[in-house]
Amino acid sequence: MDLVTPSIGLVFWSTISFLVLFFLLTKFAWKPITAALQEREDSIDEALKAAENARKQMEKLTADNEKLLNQARAERDAMLKDANDMKESIIAQAKKSAAEEGNKMIANAKASIEQEKVAAMNELKTQVALISVDMAEKILRKKMEDRTQQEAFVNENLKSISLN
Amino acid sequence: MSRITTRFSTRNVLLSSLFALAFLVVNTRAIAQHETKHEHSTGAEHIKAEVEHLDSTIVEEAEHIGEAAIGHHETKEEKFNTSEVIMEHIADGHDWHLWGHTSIHLPVILYTDKGIEMFSSGKFNHGHDAYIGTHHTYKLEHDKVKVLIADGQIDEAASASVLDFSITKNVASMMVSMVFLCLIFFSVASSYKKRGIGAPKGLQSWLEPIIIFVRDEIARPNLGEKYAKFMPYLLTVFFFIWMNNVLGLVPFFPGGANVTGNIAVTLVLALATFIITILNGTKTYWSHVFTPHVPLWLYPLMIPVEIIGLFTKPFALMIRLFANITAGHILVLSLVCLIFIFKSMAVATVSVPFVVFISVIEMLVAFIQAFIFTILSALYIGMALEKPSEDAHH
Repeated sequence: MDLVTPSIGLVFWSTISFLVLFFLLTKFAWKPITAALQEREDSIDEALKAAENARKQMEKLTADNEKLLNQARAERDAMLKDANDMKESIIAQAKKSAAEEGNKMIANAKASIEQEKVAAMNELKTQVALISVDMAEKILRKKMEDRTQQEAFVNENLKSISLN
Repeated sequence: MSRITTRFSTRNVLLSSLFALAFLVVNTRAIAQHETKHEHSTGAEHIKAEVEHLDSTIVEEAEHIGEAAIGHHETKEEKFNTSEVIMEHIADGHDWHLWGHTSIHLPVILYTDKGIEMFSSGKFNHGHDAYIGTHHTYKLEHDKVKVLIADGQIDEAASASVLDFSITKNVASMMVSMVFLCLIFFSVASSYKKRGIGAPKGLQSWLEPIIIFVRDEIARPNLGEKYAKFMPYLLTVFFFIWMNNVLGLVPFFPGGANVTGNIAVTLVLALATFIITILNGTKTYWSHVFTPHVPLWLYPLMIPVEIIGLFTKPFALMIRLFANITAGHILVLSLVCLIFIFKSMAVATVSVPFVVFISVIEMLVAFIQAFIFTILSALYIGMALEKPSEDAHH
């Protein structure tokens, strides 16, 4: 039964020893150790969080960059389109005015050609009349070279003229 | 939790049955002799006769073992009393045996009705001599200090009134383990101070996982938010038990005592857990004890059961640690004693490998028992910390 009978002396010394050990270790070992462990874990946590934040920041920056790039691209496209439009409109304008000018010139040309034509016709008419008179004079001179013929002609004409 | 307990209790049963088997084999002869010798004596008479018988043989037996171990086997042969040898090894003592006939004589401190007495246990000459103190004459009997009256007889009444506060082998061993623990953990703490949040190195990196294990596997799951408050206690208990368990397995000087296998030590440890549980009990915890959720007519039955339950928990803690460590020691000693029982070196070829095997298992048990004591302490404290909000689904 000695085995299961706690002896007073050992109970006493165990209590003292355990309490002393408990206070010594608590003060000089467990407190610093657990505090250091906690501190290390906190710092690891913090570092992880900071890394995560940096990653997020980076992502945001990249997204921003992308957005800016897209914006610039859109702007460039718009500018190009504007320029194109302007070019086209200018060309169209130019074409239109050129055509107008051309038409006007053609019309002018046509009018002057007509004028020239009329003048030419008139000239021609005068010339033809002159030439005809000339020729008729020449023909008449030739035909009226002898006296008989002259008399015949006159007579003939006189006959056609009725004196009524 | 219950799974762990079942697993370990299965192991305990296995171990104790093994131990019982070995013990039975070992003791059959001795017991048989005792039985035939004291066939007719009964009760106190029987015990007294046995005590006297053991008293006369023990000294010779002890010498025999010593001589047998160093090869001076004499022909003058007395029967080998295994249980006596084993009990002597696992019990506390006033001398700390080093080697051969050399031992450390630890101080004897007695609190008598007439005052305190202090002297070296060397005065007893291993129980052979009586020592005449200032107040009484003392003699060691079964490593217990007894008061002698004039004619050399033991005065039982006076002996009972003398309280023995000696620095015994267990106390000394406990102090050695305290010094070890302090040296180890002060150095670890200084490493933390030196390295700050840097990576652990050396001893620090060996012990850090264990400290974190105590925190994350024992304290946090059982104690929840308030775990930090109880960490110092749990860590102290864990490392104190583990260190003493391991020192107990060392068969020579710094070890060799059976500290955690002594019921006085486990009593103090269990009491510490008990007191912490009581001091930290919440209103909810106490309401479970005094106003359990059962019909009113069951109260006369339930309240005593709950109150007994308060005490069985630390009691189980005390017995578990004591029985496990003592069983391990007895098992190893029984296997060693086989050699002396059969008086043959050939037996050593069987029993020494067995001793090695059991010792390795005991190394594991040393850790497991420290772990179990700590986790159950945490569990009991955690139960006492129960919050009222959790009460809703009970």
